[in-house]
Amino acid sequence: MSLFMILRVAIKALGRNKMRTSLTMLGMIIGVAAVITMVALGSGAQQSIEDQIKSAGTNMITVSAGNWSSGGVRRGWGSATTLSVDDARAIREQVPGVQYVAAGTNTRTQVVFGNQNWSTRVQGTDVDLPLIRFWPTEFGTFFSETDVAAAAKVAVLGTIVRDTLFGEGADPVGQTIRLGKHPFKVIGVMAVKGPGSFGEDQDDTIFMPYTTVQKKLRGIRYIQSITVSAFSAPETIAVSEEIAALLRVQHELIPGDEDDFRVRTLEEMASVRSETTRTMTSLLASIAGVSLLVGGIGIMNIMLVSVTERTREIGLRMAVGAKGKDVLFQFLVEAMVLSLFGGSIGIGLGVGLSRGITQFLEWPTTVSPDAVVVAFGFAAITGIFFGFYPARKAASLDPIESLRFE
Amino acid sequence: MAVISTRDLTKTYDLGEVKVRALRGVSVDIEAGEFVSVTGPSGSGKSTFMHILGCLDRPTAGHYVLADKDVSKMSKDELAVIRNSKIGFVFQGFNLLTRTSALDNVELPLLYNGNGMRASERHRRSEAALASVGLADRAHHHPNQLSGGQQQRVAIARALINEPSIVLADEPTGNLDSRTSVEVMDIFQTLNSERGITILLITHERDIAEYGSRIIGFRDGKITADHATGTRRIARDEMAALPPDVDLELDRESPEPVKTGA
Repeated sequence: MSLFMILRVAIKALGRNKMRTSLTMLGMIIGVAAVITMVALGSGAQQSIEDQIKSAGTNMITVSAGNWSSGGVRRGWGSATTLSVDDARAIREQVPGVQYVAAGTNTRTQVVFGNQNWSTRVQGTDVDLPLIRFWPTEFGTFFSETDVAAAAKVAVLGTIVRDTLFGEGADPVGQTIRLGKHPFKVIGVMAVKGPGSFGEDQDDTIFMPYTTVQKKLRGIRYIQSITVSAFSAPETIAVSEEIAALLRVQHELIPGDEDDFRVRTLEEMASVRSETTRTMTSLLASIAGVSLLVGGIGIMNIMLVSVTERTREIGLRMAVGAKGKDVLFQFLVEAMVLSLFGGSIGIGLGVGLSRGITQFLEWPTTVSPDAVVVAFGFAAITGIFFGFYPARKAASLDPIESLRFE
Repeated sequence: MAVISTRDLTKTYDLGEVKVRALRGVSVDIEAGEFVSVTGPSGSGKSTFMHILGCLDRPTAGHYVLADKDVSKMSKDELAVIRNSKIGFVFQGFNLLTRTSALDNVELPLLYNGNGMRASERHRRSEAALASVGLADRAHHHPNQLSGGQQQRVAIARALINEPSIVLADEPTGNLDSRTSVEVMDIFQTLNSERGITILLITHERDIAEYGSRIIGFRDGKITADHATGTRRIARDEMAALPPDVDLELDRESPEPVKTGA
């Protein structure tokens, strides 16, 4: 019997019980659609994280103070006091590929204006920061190099601080706020930035020259971080390595000494987050895979019932000349038609569902061709695997017994 | 020439503790063109005999030569080929595929004859076979839309499709009323006389057996009687003598003369 004829016989046989055929296929349809949709959701999330990080500037490098050890006690990241303005200058002057550099030191303090007050993060930084972060001002201007040199008591507010102290959308430029006992002149308001890639609120902050934080608010000479941007994203890793090498020289560390600083690129942070999403994607895919498996078992179940129910038919086919392998192939092909046809509909449904989710729930989804191929391949394998046992059972039936079967 | 020739056919079923000797040495010759009725009570071994003659089963010992071929030692697949090409089966329960048209049912053996016949050719032959049993106008009916007699005629058309040399009919009238039985027996007699097909009719009904030209009686796995039929019944004559069947008027509104010898 040719394959084409077997296929026709199988399709006719399936057509004889349309309700059962479609219900069995439904298992397969749901399984395949689930796999495709889940993987699409996962890769969509991953894609959006990558986009988000790209928008934050993939060429950004942060140098932060390292661990400070004394007498065997390690104080943890950020505790070292060895990072200095000289380091920032050295990076700017000696590392090729560096575009902007901003020294930074932070503190937290209570800000007061009139009868309003608010506790917020004060970021002492340099004039390059808006350029590194692609972050313009809404009102007024960012501080200038003169302000940095003079450790001027000027402040640029994040929108949340502005909203809290001055009321939503107000223009506070020229007003004076108080940090601790110091009066500060508000010279600008940053534009809204929204949550950062770690969920922190980037607008709940005040920017001022790092020199001001050092001298007026904290009374320290060291800095806590240096924010650097490379000219281009591909250079980032190389630049970060050079910075690390330079800082070891600057800090007179001998081989074997631990770094007293930490250099990180957004790329690295991005990869950590994509790793998380990838784990989530595999989790979703495996849950969906289970439903595909259940669909396969459904096919096996129905094929077994079908073999029992059609025992007389099998006996008759054998009596009129069907060989064992003819019967085997017929049932195997029936199972495969169920799984492949169901699989195809499932692909359509999965792609449609993913589009719908993006359209109506506005969740990003990416239908990857890989997922489609894998789901379809899995459907085919399921058909063969779960169809084989019932088919072999059918082929091994005895024609005499089968013809007598009631 | 003997189309069927058996020598000391033995069939023993091993049921673990007991051994059932269904056939205990059966030797018989059946000539081409004979119409043989095989009778006997249940348990006499006639069904086992029929299964072996139909190549559905193999003897434990002895030889069975069908059309000059010893089939007693053939493999399952070889037997399937023999069944397909040499033997037509008609069963008591018709054994038609449900939800399948009469035409597709008749076509079934053609799917397995291994010569890759074109669909249009299979179609044509199936229609011809249906026409030869007077069901040309029922080709697209499903079995549940046909009367018992019509279903059995579809089964006969199916048995004839591969032009077998013998037709094995196992209690073909068991599920039919007596009037329809006569009609079916008429088809067999016509096939036998006009097309020279060897008919083996297995029945436990004495009067049905009398439609054959030779009667072989079975008891306890052995042939106990083998003789020509005393007064053979002729179905055609009996049908002419029957009063018109009022109950079946609707079913028979299209006259169904049994066309044979196509």
